[in-house]
Amino acid sequence: MYLGNVIFLIVFVISITFFTKNLMRIISNIKLGRDINRTNNKRKRFLKMIRIALGQTKMFDRPIAAFFHLIIYIGFIIINIEVVEIIIDGVFGTHRFLSNFISYSSYNFFISTFEFLAVLVLISCVVFLYRRNIQRIKRFHSSEMTSWPKSDANLILIFEVLLMSAFLVMNAADSLLQQLDSHYHAVGAFTFSSFLVPLIDHLSAEKLIFIERFCWWFHIIGILLFLNYVLISKHLHIFFAFFSAYYSKLSNPSKLSNLSSITSEVKMMLDPNIDPFSNTNNTNTEKFGAQDADDLNWVQILNSYSCTECGRCTSVCPANITGKKLSPRKILMDTRDRITEIGNSISKKKNKDENFLLGGYIQPEEVWACTTCNACGDACPIELDPMSIIIDLRRYLVMEKSSAPSELNTMFNNIENNGAPWQYNLNDKMNWINDDK
Amino acid sequence: MQLEVKTMAELSEKNITPDFLYWVGSAGSFDDRAKKITRAFVKVLNYANVSFGVLGVEESTSGDVAKRAGNEFLFQMQALANIEVMNSYNIKKIITTCPHSFNILKNEYHDLGGNYEVNHHTEFILDLIDSKKITISQNSIEDVMTYHDPCYLGRGNNIYNQPREIIKRLSKNFIEMPRNKRNSLCCGAGGAQMFKEAEKGNAEINIVRTQEALDTKSKIIVTGCPFCNTMMTDGVKNINEGAAFVKDIAEVVAESLI
Repeated sequence: MYLGNVIFLIVFVISITFFTKNLMRIISNIKLGRDINRTNNKRKRFLKMIRIALGQTKMFDRPIAAFFHLIIYIGFIIINIEVVEIIIDGVFGTHRFLSNFISYSSYNFFISTFEFLAVLVLISCVVFLYRRNIQRIKRFHSSEMTSWPKSDANLILIFEVLLMSAFLVMNAADSLLQQLDSHYHAVGAFTFSSFLVPLIDHLSAEKLIFIERFCWWFHIIGILLFLNYVLISKHLHIFFAFFSAYYSKLSNPSKLSNLSSITSEVKMMLDPNIDPFSNTNNTNTEKFGAQDADDLNWVQILNSYSCTECGRCTSVCPANITGKKLSPRKILMDTRDRITEIGNSISKKKNKDENFLLGGYIQPEEVWACTTCNACGDACPIELDPMSIIIDLRRYLVMEKSSAPSELNTMFNNIENNGAPWQYNLNDKMNWINDDK
Repeated sequence: MQLEVKTMAELSEKNITPDFLYWVGSAGSFDDRAKKITRAFVKVLNYANVSFGVLGVEESTSGDVAKRAGNEFLFQMQALANIEVMNSYNIKKIITTCPHSFNILKNEYHDLGGNYEVNHHTEFILDLIDSKKITISQNSIEDVMTYHDPCYLGRGNNIYNQPREIIKRLSKNFIEMPRNKRNSLCCGAGGAQMFKEAEKGNAEINIVRTQEALDTKSKIIVTGCPFCNTMMTDGVKNINEGAAFVKDIAEVVAESLI
């Protein structure tokens, strides 16, 4: 097994190195965002993370999807305990290393439990493939869900089906080999893979070893590939959902931030006694709002990498429901794609390219269709906040470009002149008392 | 009926500090439909002998539409001016009939130096009923009623039950729309949409939502927001004028006072 161990170690080290390198790239892309303080209230944040990301409470707003998702999630976590053993076996050339420490019957119980979960995960993945491709649930077929996002979702489900199948076939071959080869510990046949035994029990020991080894390598290489695939996929949510939930907004859902850079300017305008030159640290030349992805704050960028494109937001968006171009999911996907593009450009050419999030990815028509009803944020299972991005894009359009729709400019003028969005005289403000029409 | 309303300026001249400021809001002051809501609510306040004042000409827009349209600058101008006025009258408690003002006064004025206890009139009216300051004739409304959740009241500030509680006391024929509470569909007015044409699409949001309300066969569509009221009133006009009336919770209560 000497060669096998060396190959395993090489594959393992390469994939972990790649993973770390690419993860660092994503983290540095997130750090391109502006600063925002979301480190207060640690206890409350931690509890929210447990509730939202670990407990998946909001997933259950849609119980069918939540049920199968939960199975895959539990399966994913628990079956990965087995990966620890696989890695030890791979490095040291042992076989079923953990069976040396517990009785064979308890070992058999654990593996059989993993098999049970593997079967459930398999079924759930097939259900999800059915929902996406045959039942064609609407939210999986919006205009932004073509090409890569569509294949991404299917690829990962097929991948998972193959991994679980390999795990079960490996165990079936293993249970037969236990009687033929002393290298295979006699831990007994496993509950669920034993159903596969009749398919292979006529094969020779060499062939069984080949099947068992093939599935073992397929399983572990598959997992290492998956680990790296996750970083270019919507499936990054399996890690990032926790961080997005932790750093999500704790205040009232409809509360928008107040731009503090503006507060000082407005205070200066309202108070003639303030010397405009007294504030020497006012070197803040930051543009108002967001034109590009790196004008957003790092939590918004983290959000964009955490989005799993489930489309619950878009399916409840009143603008999207009535056929407007706006899709909150697309806002997050565009933000992610654009910040990745910026990151790549910086690492290749040392500076940013000429493209922008606004105009290049998201059009003003989308930005202006939002009613700020926050149905998107409310529907998001992991508390992402696409509305805040829309507002920041509007802020740029209005305060930097003065390019609001003309009716809104009229409304702004009315507010400036009469203190009301309509063209009424402020002195008529009390007319309602006697206006008994 | 003659309404009893004093401005904060008038009250402070007489050294009277009322318990509440009633924030009327721009719609409540200027919009013809919304003015009726304002009058209905004041009728309720007068009936319950609530000590309150209004700001009158000293009240500028809360800044909600400006802020949501992206004009943070204009919003903060309004907010800081309003806060200065309110703090000069030493205002502690506010009631408002507009969920947008409610949200912004409660959640967004805070960081700018305005700290108030803010009540939306649906919560406030339920308190008046529960503390027996007003009496309404129970089950007096025969018509089927439904309730449309304003986004900034429901999803925004978690007020779902109070308006429903009031309606259920007025009528046994309360029916929910399929999309309600957290899943409620916006009327289409928020985020400054009220003041502009909608982007190109295949339907108008207010028509879709009004149709959902009419599909319940309700004769009265109750809501708690002047903007929702306008959008849904327009919706009814467009779909089937006279099929239902859109009323504010303050109006149905004012009409049922004993």
